[in-house]
Amino acid sequence: MNRFALFPLALLSAVTPSAGETTVIRNATVLTVTKGTFQGSILIRDGKIVEAGEKVLVPDGARVIDAGGQFVMPGIIDCHSHIAADSINEGAVAVSSMVGIEDVINPDDPDIYRALAGGVTTANILHGSANPIGGKCQVMKMRWGKDAQGLIFEGAPPGIKFALGENVKRSGSPGNGFGASPGLRYPASRMGVEDVIRQALTEARAYQKEWRDYQAKLDRHEQAIPPRRDLRLEPLVEVLEGKRYVHAHCYRADEILMLLHVADDFGFKIRTLQHVLEGYKVAGEIAAHGTGASTFSDWWAYKAEAFDAIPYNAAIMVRKGVLVSLNSDSAELMRHLNTEAAKAMKYGGLNETEALSLVTINPAKQLGIENRVGSIEPGKDADLTIFDKHPLSNYAKVEKVFIDGDLYFDREKDLEERPGKDARKKALIDKEKVQEKKNRKKPEPTEDKKSEEPGGAQ
Amino acid sequence: MKNVIAMLLAAASLTYAQAPGPIALRGARVVTVSGPILEKGTVLLRNGLIEAVGENVNLPKDAWIIDAQGVTVYPGLIDALSTVGLPETPPQPTTPRTETPATPRFGAQDLPVPVEQGPEFRPFTTTWVRAADLLNPADRRIEETRSAGFSSVVAFPSTGIFAGEGAFLNLSGEKQGRMVVTSPAGQYVTLASHGFGTYPGSLMGVIAYIRQVSCDADHYKLELQSYATHPVGQKRPNYDRAVEGLLESPRLLLPADDAKQLDRMIRFAAELKRPAVLYGGHQAYKIADLVAKSGVPLLVNLKWPEKSKDADPDQEESFRTLELRDRAASSPAALEKAGARFAFYSGGTAAKDVRKALKRAVDAGLTEAAAVRALTLSAAEIYGVADRVGSIEPGKIANLVVVKGSLFDEKAQIRYVFVDGVKYEPVPEAPPSGDREGRAAPGGVQ
Repeated sequence: MNRFALFPLALLSAVTPSAGETTVIRNATVLTVTKGTFQGSILIRDGKIVEAGEKVLVPDGARVIDAGGQFVMPGIIDCHSHIAADSINEGAVAVSSMVGIEDVINPDDPDIYRALAGGVTTANILHGSANPIGGKCQVMKMRWGKDAQGLIFEGAPPGIKFALGENVKRSGSPGNGFGASPGLRYPASRMGVEDVIRQALTEARAYQKEWRDYQAKLDRHEQAIPPRRDLRLEPLVEVLEGKRYVHAHCYRADEILMLLHVADDFGFKIRTLQHVLEGYKVAGEIAAHGTGASTFSDWWAYKAEAFDAIPYNAAIMVRKGVLVSLNSDSAELMRHLNTEAAKAMKYGGLNETEALSLVTINPAKQLGIENRVGSIEPGKDADLTIFDKHPLSNYAKVEKVFIDGDLYFDREKDLEERPGKDARKKALIDKEKVQEKKNRKKPEPTEDKKSEEPGGAQ
Repeated sequence: MKNVIAMLLAAASLTYAQAPGPIALRGARVVTVSGPILEKGTVLLRNGLIEAVGENVNLPKDAWIIDAQGVTVYPGLIDALSTVGLPETPPQPTTPRTETPATPRFGAQDLPVPVEQGPEFRPFTTTWVRAADLLNPADRRIEETRSAGFSSVVAFPSTGIFAGEGAFLNLSGEKQGRMVVTSPAGQYVTLASHGFGTYPGSLMGVIAYIRQVSCDADHYKLELQSYATHPVGQKRPNYDRAVEGLLESPRLLLPADDAKQLDRMIRFAAELKRPAVLYGGHQAYKIADLVAKSGVPLLVNLKWPEKSKDADPDQEESFRTLELRDRAASSPAALEKAGARFAFYSGGTAAKDVRKALKRAVDAGLTEAAAVRALTLSAAEIYGVADRVGSIEPGKIANLVVVKGSLFDEKAQIRYVFVDGVKYEPVPEAPPSGDREGRAAPGGVQ
């Protein structure tokens, strides 16, 4: 592990007694996204960006990474992903707000590492789109190698998935992956979707009142036992109180407006519209509501409601004042979100910074974590991606990825380690073959009967 | 005619089983587990209990003395998670209510009613089913298991999310009531999802459901307490058998096989604030320290992962799969080293192959002392019955296994298994089929 190579810290620790790692990335083209682009260096200490500028003093003992000819940008943020979880959809119920990704984080999912290799450092892992009100989301950092808790983006505001349209109404969709045909569940129409959401939020209001009444009784020193906890309604109360962000899967303009009206009626904001392929038709209304939009660059036509899409969607919404991000919704697309962003320059004429914002600071804002990540600024987490070429070029490859100042992906190291990994695997295969041979040489007299033995206990 | 013989044999074995006065095993190597090993020890059994153990034991005149030189006496082995003694078809859990309604609507045949989600909705839940009430002493697996050295199993109903309450059983196989050492021993929980068409249909749904039932149990307790104090003028709480079953279970058994599941379930148990025992543990070698630190006991499945016999030889397997197969059996050694609490269960290993499986764990670094302990006293401790079983101490239940040689020598023959002081001799391996009557198992007399 030479990435944590020891260096003489004596002098440094005299200055900053509790100093941990200090790293300087220098000679790079630094794309800060919020503070312009320059040729210079970034100083990282204790996992945070301390300084970024054309001239940065290298402290004694600092690890120096020479990024000459390379490009550093903030770690990419994906506002919509389904990796790193052992389950995604809880589909038989129309409201599945009692379930959450946090309970099923899978830190062993190799897609985490692959996302890193595409420069992604943070992703919002959402419940699927099987229900009008889905499960709770989890914002994660791609800290490959850490356990489930280690992946959680600590302090990120909680979120929940809502979904509209075809996936949730499921009319005429027997065996579409959402269960066998008898599993057609209410709602069966777009009207029903609205009803389900209104009904659930109305129940949540009543539930909220139940607890307020209980609290009032306690305040009056009256005897009372607390109401039954309803894990399905608790997150919806948080939605009503603005404490939990709604990320709503949607396509069509009419249902987008429907959802914004519902939110207005219940007095909360939809944090982001996800996919939102017809967002360009109602961009003004989305902006007026203060809602973010997280869309695809040019992925559509995979179902009827996703046909009326254009590649200018992101740019039009940006120009109309919507906070826009581009997301992946796919473990594959997740690996090249930088080029997805670049498409918004060709279609819609965004400038470089605007394009990069779509996959950095904008999704950070949508997830409420912009004070921590999304740009290269002193005080922010040292979540950085180094590309060998300009990240908006489709020839660009990720060289290194840092999260909290730690190196989580290093292309060179990865290539170096491959033969060793192959050898370790081959050793295991060979070991097993030797064992098999040994077993075959001296067969157990009872071997043949074994399969007829009554099954064991469990 | 055959039947008559069978009956005679059965009767013989019954009288034989009931008769014993004091029995002394003399001159044996005694692995007490709770104390030091006695190289030339004597164990005296009377009335189903261990009366004395030591190097110099005064034997009563009427004692039946078994010269036990050259054999080793261990506490009877305990299979810490099993279904032995329970009917093959367990009671069906309540099915979730997504079925066709009685009156079809809109002329459709198969429109379902929406799944209910209220406090009465308890899918795949039979918390109230008790293994102790379901015992079938005629289960032929009792004899097979006992013949492999087990005096006890902890048997659980196994179907559903909350499958039911287990019982710590002695494999005496005669009368149901005599078999039960303690009940309920715990609530068996699975995380099996039941498909997309029902709630809960996903892993996170099952976890959320368990969490809700646990919350409901806490609330139910409050309601009952409140009502008991002031019944007059108060609304009567609804009786909830699902929650009753959970509340009377002294511990939850939660599944956790790989490292992430172990981590997940250790956290979940802490969140639920209920005593828990994990089962599975094949990847415990990876996070044994965390298991130790949590204090949550782990039942390790002795059915080590193996390459499927039908596996396509050309199919490339992942490094992880290969590594798991290579290292699973080193989990007990890692747990021992870390100081974790663990016991074993056969998990589908045929009873006669348990020692082979155990040997793999020993070959991978588990000490023999820890292996014996995991199969005896540790299991008893985990289920809160260590004052009665699990070691060879005066006053404890006379559950012993007597081996010619060492338990860890695969070829060493098991001579006797004592259960509640009754001596059983292992039956030769069952013939593949037929000829059942010939095997007058003690279980057959019922």
